[in-house]
Amino acid sequence: MFNYLEYIRESNFPHIWCAGCGDGIILKALIRAIDKLGMSRDESVMVSGIGCSSRTPGYMDINTLHTTHGRALPFATGVKLANPDLKVIVITGDGDATAIGGNHFIHAARRNIDLTVLLYNNYIYGMTGGQCSPMTPVGSKASTAQHGNLEPSFNTSGLAIAAGASFVARTDVYHVQQCEKFISKALQKKGFSLVEIMTPCPTAYGRRNKMANPVTMMEWLKDNMVPVAKYDKMTDQEREGKVSAGILCDIDKAEFTAEYDKLIKKVRTE
Amino acid sequence: MTEEQSARKEPAVITVKPEWCKGCGICVAFCPKDVLEMEGGTAKVLRPDDCIKCMLCELRCPDFAITVE
Repeated sequence: MFNYLEYIRESNFPHIWCAGCGDGIILKALIRAIDKLGMSRDESVMVSGIGCSSRTPGYMDINTLHTTHGRALPFATGVKLANPDLKVIVITGDGDATAIGGNHFIHAARRNIDLTVLLYNNYIYGMTGGQCSPMTPVGSKASTAQHGNLEPSFNTSGLAIAAGASFVARTDVYHVQQCEKFISKALQKKGFSLVEIMTPCPTAYGRRNKMANPVTMMEWLKDNMVPVAKYDKMTDQEREGKVSAGILCDIDKAEFTAEYDKLIKKVRTE
Repeated sequence: MTEEQSARKEPAVITVKPEWCKGCGICVAFCPKDVLEMEGGTAKVLRPDDCIKCMLCELRCPDFAITVE
């Protein structure tokens, strides 16, 4: 048994998330990762934007900052630059990070600033009533796509890699041990680290797409998340409906706050 | 026998907190030993003796409602 109670704001429980929402599973994986790494909660900050995912910091007994829609990354950048010794964790969703916060997302990755970003991808705007997000798959139904979505979705992990992130991984809440492992690796990485976590939204996505039962959504993850090594060898036809999971990028490169610190020292000695 | 191995041999104590359980059924569906069942909208522990302490119900419970000792 793991004692989660030590890490949560118990008075806020039971949490607001729907039955079968995977966000609670991610929060637990994050708590275990933080505990096993022996991270100091006094020197860690969790920053979130708006959405179901962004309720996460409210349940955690740590320094927390719940900001405006899509703007978790700019706030987090400010926190990190003001005190680079802090460990800054950003919690965001597919709508928050890739729609209204899309520009912030690519530029934070480009800067390679030392932030750990957990992107909860549930394919939909859950909190506001099931509208399409930039990650809703083609053909899926949403309140703004009653006959099926026409717009191709972002490959968000690919976007982060192309923009310049140091560490990018994709996982899901069915494969919960892998989820914890990738969060732990991302927390240890110096640089912009993204973990895209596929999580079910039975209420806003599942009900419209023949997966109203939370168990059906978890089974979908079990059947369709494919290890990246296998995915790379698959034909386009075999890849239909499948999602690759694994560490997609792990490189060491110049990190923004370290470079900024060097610049300050250089200017002061001149 | 290591401490961990002997701990696994002890009978499992599985606790469900009914006031936090939202009845999603994930623990029941993915328990490899069918230890749990849904009753009255929440998970119930019906066959604790069959539990192998794989901890998957605790790990996957989104509601912080199940613990396995």
